[in-house]
Amino acid sequence: MTSSAPTPLHEIHQALGASFTDFAGWDMPVRYGSETAEHHAVRTTAGLFDLSHMGEIEVTGPEAGRALDHALVGRPSAIGIGRARYSMICAEDGGIIDDLVVYRLEEERYLVVANASNVHVVAPALTERAEGYDAMVRDASAEWALIAVQGPASAAIVAAVTSLDVSSLRYYAIDAGTVAGVEVLLARTGYTGEDGFEIYCAPSSAAAVWEALTEAGTPHGLVPAGLACRDTLRLEAGMPLYGHELNRDTTPFEAGLGRVVSFDKPEGFVGDAALAVRRDEGPRQVLVGLVAAGRRSPRASYAVVDPATGEEVGTVTSGSPSPTLGHPIAMAFVRPDLAAAGTKVQVDVRGSREDAEIVDLPFYSKK
Amino acid sequence: MTNPTHLSYTAEHEWLETRGDVARVGVTAFATEALGDIVFVELPEVGSKITGGESCGELESTKSVSDIFAPADGEILAINAAVVEDPALINSDPFGAGWLFEVRVSGTPELLDAAAYDALIEE
Repeated sequence: MTSSAPTPLHEIHQALGASFTDFAGWDMPVRYGSETAEHHAVRTTAGLFDLSHMGEIEVTGPEAGRALDHALVGRPSAIGIGRARYSMICAEDGGIIDDLVVYRLEEERYLVVANASNVHVVAPALTERAEGYDAMVRDASAEWALIAVQGPASAAIVAAVTSLDVSSLRYYAIDAGTVAGVEVLLARTGYTGEDGFEIYCAPSSAAAVWEALTEAGTPHGLVPAGLACRDTLRLEAGMPLYGHELNRDTTPFEAGLGRVVSFDKPEGFVGDAALAVRRDEGPRQVLVGLVAAGRRSPRASYAVVDPATGEEVGTVTSGSPSPTLGHPIAMAFVRPDLAAAGTKVQVDVRGSREDAEIVDLPFYSKK
Repeated sequence: MTNPTHLSYTAEHEWLETRGDVARVGVTAFATEALGDIVFVELPEVGSKITGGESCGELESTKSVSDIFAPADGEILAINAAVVEDPALINSDPFGAGWLFEVRVSGTPELLDAAAYDALIEE
């Protein structure tokens, strides 16, 4: 067992009194004080996150776009320069290897952002799939720190410290500029269901960026925010998390994300045959939202039960008391015939059957 | 965090304040920091019998669920309705207003003093 790796901001987190947890081999701040307060700050003002554990893979060269079209389910060659797309990399059998954000930085340069837990699988897979194309794949994770500012005040906060025109940076766009005088890539992306920014910079610049955002943000109510609230924020926003809603046994169609698969690519892509079958046959199970009637929360791996028959009809993938809504929420895979909003089900919460209702995702949308 | 010296402790991170054969029971600050914000509490019913080392309730935080382990054999005399209503009290004042229940203890449970509990959580 090796010890987990510190991010470039580790000493700052320690000084802020963070609690740490190992996450995919990284020693990450899980909360600084109350994760509920951090959650509310992101919904009402802003939160500052260290996401330096995320994996960054650079794909460059004249055929970088074509190589990615072959490697991923989406169509990165059609992404405009300075724009981003949510995508996935699937195995030949259609199973999801990872979900990704693909940024097109230049005509021949892409940044593929993978989950920390998967970058060691995604980078070699991209390298293998790029063979035969005039493209280079390089795991550049060690060269990038990542800091996110999320919440309704984030645009005002970032505008105060960047050389870029924040108001002209659209959702899912990225641009190169400076923050606190250091070179960054500034993206208007996030994983919280709020407006927000993700700032990629050199690890040696991360402290300066963090401190500048703290100074600019504190008057707006910005607080440092850990992984605990990141999870409840993304759950309320109905966003899937790899290892919970997404895994090798799941295709994009089960996860309700069939829209990210482009079958109209002239040269095909890895997994296209299996995914076409799944598209045509329909998913074997469907990802749904659940709202519990009581106060005990459904949690990952708990069984979903048909109250009429007592039969197990699905499995909870993520669940937690919702800080914003004040009651437990969950996502679950259930049989397609029980997936309609309004369907009454039960969840086996540590041996007792608790009533729950299927609801449409997301649980929360920003106003 | 400081563990008050007038209390006794269990290895399951509970504290007991004993008067005669009656003990008031709560969870330690160490436990609440590990759990995060507690949002739901299930306590044993008044009058019910609990068995030392067995689960007699649960604490649910945003991230996890933990059993409340009975620190001793006994009968529940009272529960703290205030923490059922407002579980955040357990986080804000674990050794005071965040107490969980009172139990009439039968027998002599093996408990730790504050120094021994300090040593346990230092590990």
